[in-house]
Amino acid sequence: MSILVIAEHDNQSLKTTTLNAITAAKELGDDIHILIIGSNCQTVTDAAVKVNSVTKVILADDTVYEHQLAENVATLIVKVVSNGDYSHVLSPASTFGKNTMPRVSALLDKQMISDIVKIESADTFVRPIYAGNAMATVQTTDDIKILTIRPTAFEVTVAEGGSAGVENISSAGDAKLSAFISQELTKSDRPELGDARIVVSGGRGLGSKENFENLIPALADKLGAGIGASRAAVDAGWVPNDYQVGQTGKQVAPEIYIAIGISGAIQHLAGMKDSKIIVAINKDADAQIFGVADYGIVGDLNEVLPELMSSLK
Amino acid sequence: MMKILVPVKRVIDAYVKVRVKSDSSGVDLNNIKMDINPFCEIAVEEAIRMKENNLASEIILVSIGGSKSEETLRKGLAMGADRAILIDCGDQELEPLSIAKILKEIATKEAVDLVLMGKQAIDSDNNQTGQMLSALLGWSQGTFVSEVKKDDDGLIVTREVDGGLETISLTIPAVITADLRLNEPRYVKLPNIMKAKKKPLDKMVLADLSIDTTARTKTLKVEEPVARTSGELFEGAANDTVAKLIEKIGNKL
Ligand SMILES: Cc1cc2nc3c(=O)[nH]c(=O)nc-3n(C[C@H](O)[C@H](O)[C@H](O)COP(=O)(O)OP(=O)(O)OC[C@H]3O[C@@H](n4cnc5c(N)ncnc54)[C@H](O)[C@@H]3O)c2cc1C
Ligand SMILES: Nc1ncnc2c1ncn2[C@@H]1O[C@H](COP(=O)(O)O)[C@@H](O)[C@H]1O
Repeated sequence: MSILVIAEHDNQSLKTTTLNAITAAKELGDDIHILIIGSNCQTVTDAAVKVNSVTKVILADDTVYEHQLAENVATLIVKVVSNGDYSHVLSPASTFGKNTMPRVSALLDKQMISDIVKIESADTFVRPIYAGNAMATVQTTDDIKILTIRPTAFEVTVAEGGSAGVENISSAGDAKLSAFISQELTKSDRPELGDARIVVSGGRGLGSKENFENLIPALADKLGAGIGASRAAVDAGWVPNDYQVGQTGKQVAPEIYIAIGISGAIQHLAGMKDSKIIVAINKDADAQIFGVADYGIVGDLNEVLPELMSSLK
Repeated sequence: MMKILVPVKRVIDAYVKVRVKSDSSGVDLNNIKMDINPFCEIAVEEAIRMKENNLASEIILVSIGGSKSEETLRKGLAMGADRAILIDCGDQELEPLSIAKILKEIATKEAVDLVLMGKQAIDSDNNQTGQMLSALLGWSQGTFVSEVKKDDDGLIVTREVDGGLETISLTIPAVITADLRLNEPRYVKLPNIMKAKKKPLDKMVLADLSIDTTARTKTLKVEEPVARTSGELFEGAANDTVAKLIEKIGNKL
């Protein structure tokens, strides 16, 4: 039997989250197919065939898939799964995977398993529950296992060395249930939150949008870091929604996570406590964030950050 | 005008620290403060605002859970929903697929135009039910929504996605799942709590619906996550604390 990995991409490049999912797939079997669903996505296909360990790339290229609307994408995945011989279907637990995979799962009458951080065996998986305050080991009896993989829990598969063949398949058409209108994507030259080696994250303690903008990007740029934020900072409108780190935002596990003016609510910790080194700057010595920090500075961020900036060459 | 169904789940209070049972069978919910799932509360609020804006004719709440889920439904009724349905499944933990099948039945029977629900239950953190329900009904799907508008043909929703925001249109009937920034739920006022006690609440047991809810998955164990311990704390003047930090990790920055 084969493993099907649903590629996450933007019609131009294969997202690294796909490479995390492939690493998980490799723990389940060695006949790994990647399914690319998009529009004018030849460059994605070119990248996918080179990924180490991928045996086949399946491509459904149609304008209908330009914005990867869940209803249409799910129908196509179901078609591919039904025509194939798949034991597992995987996708990253990104907003793309979370939007699509439960739909696939219901259409196939399977109970999917979300946000897997560890594979115990072909039918047994570990996933966080209660905002990461508990880890559940779950076994499934479904014949086809539908899974989303938490990207930060799996290494990236090398995107070279492979030479998979491409199978073009026809579109499953437009269900005409939803239609794309517009998007407002956050543009930044900084590393993406999920890929960044260092993340500088700001919270309500920054006090205002101006202060956030004056202090956080400058530090991030000096460190070549990505920028994150607590829910409070996003709710206040200081930064876009996709900066939110936490239980219901993004999960990150960088080399170094610097939490600035963030109290460390369980929902926030759920998104960053697997970082290798955690640094916290907070004026309250009792702040929960210090409970998970490797290094903490108790002090006013308005004094600490300028000092840190001038100490970094 | 739309008839709206809002599924609500009773979960542990978002700010309570959970403890894993020593026999690894699950988390300890004994004497733990429970509340409506925050995302469901946001969904209820949105439905009420739609009714206040003359977009909705009726708001029906539904909860699947133990008898105490009545409290959750009463809270939603006190916020302003019209009536509620409790499907009592005792202390049975149902999987999202089973919940979605039950909700499909209710949505069909009540002939609703819109199901507004939470994107995620903060206990199991599945983030599945809305998408599954939409698939089973064959309806349009708008997930992780931070804004809903009505236009002549259907609904316009803005979704919180990994790259930013995406706006799509949905045909009606639709399933929409709420994200945190859709709205800020109102506080329930005391007179409304009293009034809510008189609002209709129908009770059913799982057996009243002939739906196969056999579990496909089994939780083998539930354990504490690997604990992180607190490290070194530097206190004092900024130049001093920063120097100490740089000494520790300066080579990694
Ligand atoms: C359903 C649900 C989901 C949620 N999901 C998320 C999520 O995904 N991500 C998330 O982050 N939150 C989430 N939250 C919110 C979470 O519970 C907290 O409310 C939030 O994380 C708090 O943000 P904060 O730490 O920035 O603000 P606060 O808790 O207000 O903390 C601000 C901190 O800044 C410090 N401070 C203030 N001034 C200074 C100064 N001058 N110098 C240094 N320190 C200073 C204070 O001591 C304090 O510790 C969720 C909540 C719910 C109910
Ligand atoms: N037992 C339940 N009763 C009513 N609604 C539920 C139940 N479980 C899940 N839901 C709905 O589905 C949403 C997503 O839950 P989940 O897919 O479990 O994360 C919740 O916010 C609720 O709106």
